[in-house]
Amino acid sequence: MMKRIPRGEIDRLFAALAGMQKLYIPADDPSGQARFTPWAEGMALTQRLNTARSAKDLFFPQVENLVGFKVTGKQIEMIETRDPLEDFILFGVRACDLRGFEILDSVFLSDPVDTYYQSRRQHATVVTLACSRPEETCFCGNFGIDPAEPGGDVSCWLTEDSLCWRANTEKGEALTAALPFLEDGGEDAAQAQREAVREIAARLPLNRLDLSAFGPGKTQALFNRPEWKRLSEACLGCGTCTFVCPTCQCYDIEEFNDGETVRRFRCWDSCMYSDFTQMSAGQPRPTQLERFRQRFMHKLVYYPDNNDGAFGCVGCGRCLQKCPIHMNIVKVVKTLGGDGA
Amino acid sequence: MLQVKAIELLESGAVDRVLGWKKGDFFYDLTPAVFESADEVRREFAYGPFAGANLSKYLIAESRRGGKVGVFLKPCDTYSLVQLLKEHRVLRENVYVVGVQCEGMCDIEKIRDAGCAGVTAVEEDGDRLKVATLYGERTVDRRDVLLEKCAACKSRKLVIYDELIGEQGDVIDSNRFDKVAALEAMTPEQRYEFWRGELSRCIRCNACRNVCPACSCEKCVFDNPDSGVRNKAAADSFEENMFHIIRAFHVASRCTDCGECSRVCPQHIPLHLLNRKFIKDINELYGEYQAGADFDSRPPLMDFTQGDCEPSIVYQRGGAKA
Repeated sequence: MMKRIPRGEIDRLFAALAGMQKLYIPADDPSGQARFTPWAEGMALTQRLNTARSAKDLFFPQVENLVGFKVTGKQIEMIETRDPLEDFILFGVRACDLRGFEILDSVFLSDPVDTYYQSRRQHATVVTLACSRPEETCFCGNFGIDPAEPGGDVSCWLTEDSLCWRANTEKGEALTAALPFLEDGGEDAAQAQREAVREIAARLPLNRLDLSAFGPGKTQALFNRPEWKRLSEACLGCGTCTFVCPTCQCYDIEEFNDGETVRRFRCWDSCMYSDFTQMSAGQPRPTQLERFRQRFMHKLVYYPDNNDGAFGCVGCGRCLQKCPIHMNIVKVVKTLGGDGA
Repeated sequence: MLQVKAIELLESGAVDRVLGWKKGDFFYDLTPAVFESADEVRREFAYGPFAGANLSKYLIAESRRGGKVGVFLKPCDTYSLVQLLKEHRVLRENVYVVGVQCEGMCDIEKIRDAGCAGVTAVEEDGDRLKVATLYGERTVDRRDVLLEKCAACKSRKLVIYDELIGEQGDVIDSNRFDKVAALEAMTPEQRYEFWRGELSRCIRCNACRNVCPACSCEKCVFDNPDSGVRNKAAADSFEENMFHIIRAFHVASRCTDCGECSRVCPQHIPLHLLNRKFIKDINELYGEYQAGADFDSRPPLMDFTQGDCEPSIVYQRGGAKA
């Protein structure tokens, strides 16, 4: 059932949520970009459409300790280095990032289950927020994502005078039950908001890409296309696109060793890097062309191959905004798809 | 005008390739690109107030591909090329430089910061930019949305070119050290807090390093698994901060202050301030020096003269006392 709270009382909502569990909201950092930040008194919700870094950080942090070892003589002792986790609320996730979680789930929660990721997912209550003002770089519509109707444990809509709130799951119902000051109603306002956003989404310049050249079984058709050379030639080989991406999930496992204790950790890795998936026989992708191709083939062909045709991109547009040379998945799709296919 | 020149260079056979910018899906998302035919240039070449990328570093590889490459360089970009030539990283005989007069390039992120969401088109109107968005039209002052490196432009002089589009300019009496001076005036604790805060946002994407014309090693020590210092994750947050400080040391007296590091930082870290601090210090300790301004001068930190300051000078320097 739809609930609402006047917009002017959002702080009261945040305070109540933060009183129950640790609360993260998208707020502006000192540089003016939005970031999921632990809520504190006086912190305002960002005016930005989305955070610079994606919401995946909360479930799949950039660096994470896995386990430690202590060596004494011939004895090796294992040390638990996991941070103890508490329940937390992640407020303000957009529909694109929520789909990103589903993609990460398909990787980390399938056998063998990644218990580090799983534990964070289980401890979280995800409160989504419908988009109000999509950017020109948004293209989630290509992947069947509706920015006006995000899921999660609770869905919210910001209207002119209210925040509308609807629980979708048991976790969401439990949260709602603990917020007695939420008033009933708001469905009409939320509906008006949905329609307004869908009208904008229909006008977004990149929301109707021809993806027919991509998907399962397209490896042979795309792998040796000559266009990869031109597409990748200006790529700096930095990791920006992979690190801001809500669905990039590659990591490396390494160790710090101080001679006595060893700390084994994992950290984000990037297929754009020269030492990515280094093997005993050397680097399987010796030039930036192969590394660049890997990233887009993964999103557009390999992931769909293994996941019933679902693409590994959610159209959040972060790579469009952040790539230093303005090369991105949309340009790859337009170059290799459509007429060129 | 640049497009016409690119076509002319390719059709006359003066060059085999042209390094310029390719148009994107929007007015602002130009991509550096190599054009091998006049037809490609006609179809895809673009230039305008969002062509901020410095193309000099691409010449390290392009000048070694055989044949001659034409390149469009803005004044600040030419300093990078001269510095690269001094370091023998670019083969001059294979490069044809078209210098381009520049009035400063705009920053799409600053346009977004100014409250323009869903930008779809822009029109220059003197000192103003008319920005069309999905939510109506907005007007912004061009000066307010210049790239940081352009707002603090140090020179409109092209220090190397074979041919010129527009007019030659002069070195500018710039305000680029103002922020550095403000940082110097802080107490060490304040300054430490400032940098800890800024650098804490780093996601170690390496965009700053990879775009930097002064970072031209074939293989960075931090990418080399055999180096023992690969540093894919920092041991602690201070080590992470140190990456940028070490990098600034490595490029000190070779950095031309082209500003690309800050332009590409996805986390909006003002990395150029570290480099400018070094430049300001070098100016004060060794005499005025501008990397990439000429072919003859020796970088102060790679030179020794009897007039060089003693290391103990550090005790006479420093900002406000705690």
